[in-house]
Amino acid sequence: MSRVPTQTHDLIKDTLSNYKFGFKTETKPVYKAPKGLSEEVIREISRQKDEPEWMLEYRLKAYEIFKKKPMPEWGGNVKALDLDNIYYYIRPQDTEKTDWNEVPSEIKTTFERLGIPQAEKEFLAGTGAQFESEVVYHSLHQSLKDQGVIFESTDEALKKYPELFKKYFGTVIPAHDNKFSALNSAVWSGGSFIYVPEGVHIELPLQAYFRINAENMGQFERTLIIVEKGASIHYIEGCTAPTYSSESLHSAVVEIIVNEGGRCQYTTIQNWSNNIYNLVTKRAFAYKNAEMFWLDCNIGSKLTMKYPAVYLLGEGARGEIQSLAFSGAKQHQDTGAKIIHAAPNTSSKIVSKSVCKDGGRGTYRGLIQVNKGATGVKSHIACDALLLDGDSRSDTYPTMKIEEDDVAIAHEATVTKIGEEQLFYLQTRGLDEQEAASMIVNGFAKPIIKEFPMEYALELTRLLELEMTGSVG
Amino acid sequence: MKIATNPTTENSINSHQRPTMNTLEIIDIHAEVDGQKILKGLSLTISSGQIHTIMGPNGSGKSTLCKVLMGHPKYEVTKGEALFNGENILEMEPEERAKLGLFLGFQHPIEIAGVTLGNFLRHSKMAITGEKIGPVAFMKTMKAKTEELGMHRSFIGRGVNEGFSGGEKKRTEIAQMAVLEPKIALLDEIDSGLDIDALEIVSEGINKNFEQTNCGILLITHYQRILNYIKPHHVHIMHDGRIIKSGGAELAQELEDNGYKKYV
Ligand SMILES: Nc1ncnc2c1ncn2[C@@H]1O[C@H](COP(=O)(O)OP(=O)(O)OP(=O)(O)O)[C@@H](O)[C@H]1O
Ligand SMILES: [Mg+2]
Repeated sequence: MSRVPTQTHDLIKDTLSNYKFGFKTETKPVYKAPKGLSEEVIREISRQKDEPEWMLEYRLKAYEIFKKKPMPEWGGNVKALDLDNIYYYIRPQDTEKTDWNEVPSEIKTTFERLGIPQAEKEFLAGTGAQFESEVVYHSLHQSLKDQGVIFESTDEALKKYPELFKKYFGTVIPAHDNKFSALNSAVWSGGSFIYVPEGVHIELPLQAYFRINAENMGQFERTLIIVEKGASIHYIEGCTAPTYSSESLHSAVVEIIVNEGGRCQYTTIQNWSNNIYNLVTKRAFAYKNAEMFWLDCNIGSKLTMKYPAVYLLGEGARGEIQSLAFSGAKQHQDTGAKIIHAAPNTSSKIVSKSVCKDGGRGTYRGLIQVNKGATGVKSHIACDALLLDGDSRSDTYPTMKIEEDDVAIAHEATVTKIGEEQLFYLQTRGLDEQEAASMIVNGFAKPIIKEFPMEYALELTRLLELEMTGSVG
Repeated sequence: MKIATNPTTENSINSHQRPTMNTLEIIDIHAEVDGQKILKGLSLTISSGQIHTIMGPNGSGKSTLCKVLMGHPKYEVTKGEALFNGENILEMEPEERAKLGLFLGFQHPIEIAGVTLGNFLRHSKMAITGEKIGPVAFMKTMKAKTEELGMHRSFIGRGVNEGFSGGEKKRTEIAQMAVLEPKIALLDEIDSGLDIDALEIVSEGINKNFEQTNCGILLITHYQRILNYIKPHHVHIMHDGRIIKSGGAELAQELEDNGYKKYV
């Protein structure tokens, strides 16, 4: 029997898995750290980036915290993740570019295949593209620059705006928050830094796209968004990776500050390949009458653990978290939402929808906390799960810590198994079982999908249909 | 400014010519569900241009017959045949039967949250005809059909049966039939839950479809009232999984007067 060439084999595997982003790019990185984590690797990252001393110290301190903290025992199974088998830093090119034509052609081609430059032209106010550890390309409309908007890679921001950077960095999510925020703080690289000055409304979204290319890669993007008084922004992140048989790690930290009367929408379309551990900490502080909206869609990855949080710190602040998770074969989406009501008359809304298929597993973990003194709080939580077969699993773990009486909190949770009767009904109308199931899933996901900008809503609908066609393995 | 429209695309969705004769033959069918025998040797032949009515006490197996004919996976046929134009359909998937031209108006229509009626039915029509239909052309047909049935066109944009009242669901079933233009339509208690005016409107809708497409209809009902509007050619009494008596329209009136006592 002749062996199938590796490339063909991968191609077949990609086709079978219906994951259209699984292609690999041959590249020559400028620098690749040896596998595994050590103080030496951290020093080398800092050296490569030519960072100020305080940042190196910050990293090393975080590394100490990371070593002391145990792996989380709750949530998804991270036991199979071998942290010694990860590349913690790969530098794909010499310096960040502002012209696509200067980006190494194979990397540029990769982003073209992912539709990034096209999207930039059509409906974005600014774009960042990260490949492995570094942002390789960055742009922002001139009109926004003129208004004082900053949109840079976090590395660039540290160089260009050291004061602003130091004022906010690590203030929302300290290194010691959890094992993986400590890891990110030690080895962070890339991510977006955004500053929206008082009263500036950014009409079109800013988008950053994250691509992992190498096998056993660790990507530790660090994002910091500051929205000043009465300003507003919509930031979108997308992510994909090639399909490999062994694990890669994406562990981001995203910190957001929304000042009085400001608004921030943070939209995620997470479509990692199914060998990626996606362990992310995301948190926003919302001050008086400010509004934070996390819109979070998780389709890919092997395991995602992500619970976007909003701390409502000023009177009248609003927090909203809507998430959609799709878990297929051998996938676990352990996602959720956290809202801390720390001021009076704050309100929140959580909508979580999860679809599980072919033995996939979806978990919702939520926290609603109302601190003493936070009177007049309103909160509405709705979690729905749709199971497509008997092998799939869904769990809901809602936690409430309420220290105030004057609160109005409503919580609804449903788990539905896709109905034989629904399928039959649609089949009697000429649709085959797969089309029928796909239609039911799209209908289920629709209330969240319609929150996305149109271009993304269409793409998401297509992705869900793709996930629904044929089972993996 | 006037925009020229293309009449061929506008009219391409509904084709009213059905010169062929279609026949559904049910021959000595036995079926069970969860090990319980429900149909116990039922035979009936429905052809184009005929309206058959089945009446029968609760639990006699009327809905079961419909589900068996459409291929519901839970129902097992243990004996007998169902032939559509001579071809055995019992091994076919429900969607294949739909593509042949069978339609079931459900006694209890199912809700599909988030899937709009218009979008669903367009896909359904495309699946059945195997032709691509643009949303704009389709919406035109859809609007006409829903308005004929006294439904506000906002229903097109709502989730299939999602939050519909009992009567609205029934109207929607007939709107679906009108759009899909089946060759043989099984209408399971389409009159239950309709108010007096709705009954008349829905009956007119069924009659219109019958005249235009010359389909065959199996109308399951408990009440004589709908038969004031829809004139059946044949009336059958079903009991305990069998047809125990067949006759003309007069049989329905007799049942209305005397009940099933005489027959069961
Ligand atoms: N899944 C099932 N398991 C067991 N019995 C069933 C099942 N489905 C239907 N039956 C039984 O089959 C019989 C026939 O049911 P069916 O719904 O066909 O009756 P019907 O004639 O349509 O009644 P109705 O006039 O009330 O609509 C009933 O006794 C019912 O309880
Ligand atoms: Mg019935």
